[in-house]
Amino acid sequence: MPPATDRLSTGVECDGLVVRYGATVAVDGLSFRAGAGQVLALLGPNGAGKTSTVETLEGYRRASGGSVRVLGLDPIADHRALVPRIGVMLQRGGVYPMLGPSRVLRLFAGYYDDPDDPEHLVELVGLGAVRRTPWRRLSGGEQQRLSLALALVGRPSVVFLDEPTAGVDPEGRLVVRRIVADLRDRGTCVILTTHELSEAERLADQVVIVDHGRKLAEGSPAALAADPDGGSVRFSTDPGIDTASLASAVGGGTVVTEESPGSYRLRPPAGSASPAVVAALAGWLAGRGLAVGDLRTGRSLEEAYLAITGSGGDGGAPDREPPAVRPGGGDGEPERRSRT
Amino acid sequence: MRPLTAQLRAELTMILSNGETLLLTLGIPVLFLLFFSAVHVLPTGTAHPVDFLVPGILALAVMSTAMTALGIGAGFERGYGVLKRLGATPLGRPRLLAAKILSVIGVELLQAVVLVLAGLALGWSPGRGAGALVGAAVAAMVLGTVAFGGIGLLLAGSLKPLVNLAAVNTLFVVLLLLGGMLIPLAKLPGWLAAVARVLPASALADALHASLGLGVAVSTRDWTTLAIWAVAAPAAAARFFRWE
Repeated sequence: MPPATDRLSTGVECDGLVVRYGATVAVDGLSFRAGAGQVLALLGPNGAGKTSTVETLEGYRRASGGSVRVLGLDPIADHRALVPRIGVMLQRGGVYPMLGPSRVLRLFAGYYDDPDDPEHLVELVGLGAVRRTPWRRLSGGEQQRLSLALALVGRPSVVFLDEPTAGVDPEGRLVVRRIVADLRDRGTCVILTTHELSEAERLADQVVIVDHGRKLAEGSPAALAADPDGGSVRFSTDPGIDTASLASAVGGGTVVTEESPGSYRLRPPAGSASPAVVAALAGWLAGRGLAVGDLRTGRSLEEAYLAITGSGGDGGAPDREPPAVRPGGGDGEPERRSRT
Repeated sequence: MRPLTAQLRAELTMILSNGETLLLTLGIPVLFLLFFSAVHVLPTGTAHPVDFLVPGILALAVMSTAMTALGIGAGFERGYGVLKRLGATPLGRPRLLAAKILSVIGVELLQAVVLVLAGLALGWSPGRGAGALVGAAVAAMVLGTVAFGGIGLLLAGSLKPLVNLAAVNTLFVVLLLLGGMLIPLAKLPGWLAAVARVLPASALADALHASLGLGVAVSTRDWTTLAIWAVAAPAAAARFFRWE
């Protein structure tokens, strides 16, 4: 029994969770925590074990091993005490096909003691124009937004959103982002899953990268994207520039490689300040009358993700990326913690 | 209480605003009553077919609502993930089930009023003029509702939605033909009648023919058959129902 601290009683705790379906291990020793006002994204490819994890937290499945706590409660044993305080958005479905947004929100509002106003929610998720349209005639994105509104109607303390932006158009994504930001500001704990890096980066304070049921890495999007090489700079210009000359111009043991024709990576020695390096780079290019294309320091979360999951190169030099983890290697937790 | 009333209102609205369900629960029974009262093609064995038809079609009405409408609805709700989603709300399964049972009873009351009024208009004399045993009839209909509801939920909770739809409709037709609702069991071949007699449909129809049609006591055999189904079918549904 873990100590029930204030932090735990306001959020979600997943400790060494194992979920098995027969001989298949869907979740294999997953641990993470999120408190009030935090948005945590479980990020991973399809089949990584994200939905199994979330559905265990929601009380739909029993953990085969480890323990989960939501608001300090056991999702199955304390189900009745917990359901009024959580909001759930399933990956798909979950709505009466013949009822429209207004009707189904009014129905769900009837389940709670102090619900949010259904009409307000209809407007909040941008379904005012289709408030009477039966669910089955709504577009995929509209159905997702209705599911999201249903997760909010009980004014929950913890919200679980399983792939909230899957199949949602760009306008709908903005709605989802705004709502998640509002929830965070109101002190709601939000656990969401996504297989889209850009969404994890935009929505979450904390990202847990999961594959094969295991945590591969954890941290803020910025921390995860931080380049292990330090102040690495990527830029593009004409192919075939004199990299040795550039390296000596920046100085101090800098290495410049042309990773693909016209795309370069400049690695100053560890500790070099990026602005000075960029200034030196820009000066050298200007002196030769070369144009600058993409100029970027660090790496994107996408590159970090690909490096961490080992699921493909980033167009750069895969041999140079330190394999942060070895998926499925050993009994120990194969994880790399990078916290801010 | 508020979650239950909200759910009950939604269940009733969905049943009464759904064309297919209305056809099944009211359209078909009323049509059968009107048609077979006017067209004497059924071997009802009564001087006035309506005397046989009203009790039989009341049994049909119970079956259509408690088994077919409930089963098809619950099967699709399960397929659409509605039942799963409701599991994560404060409504809870007991109240969901209670709302479904109450909505079935509400629709059955409506069916009974319509069918009895239509029957009386067609010249039905309850209990052959001696008066019907209403208490026994209501008790039999309650047992039948529980039995048929259990069968409907058993199929809805264990089969895929479209397989469930086909199965429930097929069972509806089979029980309609073998249930003594339109055709007396005496007209069936002996072996088929023997099979039919252990089914809940024939027990309910027989109980209603006795109590409402003839005005005589319901046989112990019918009570026993109905009671066994009323215990076994919900127990099997509870055992095998999968919510997702």
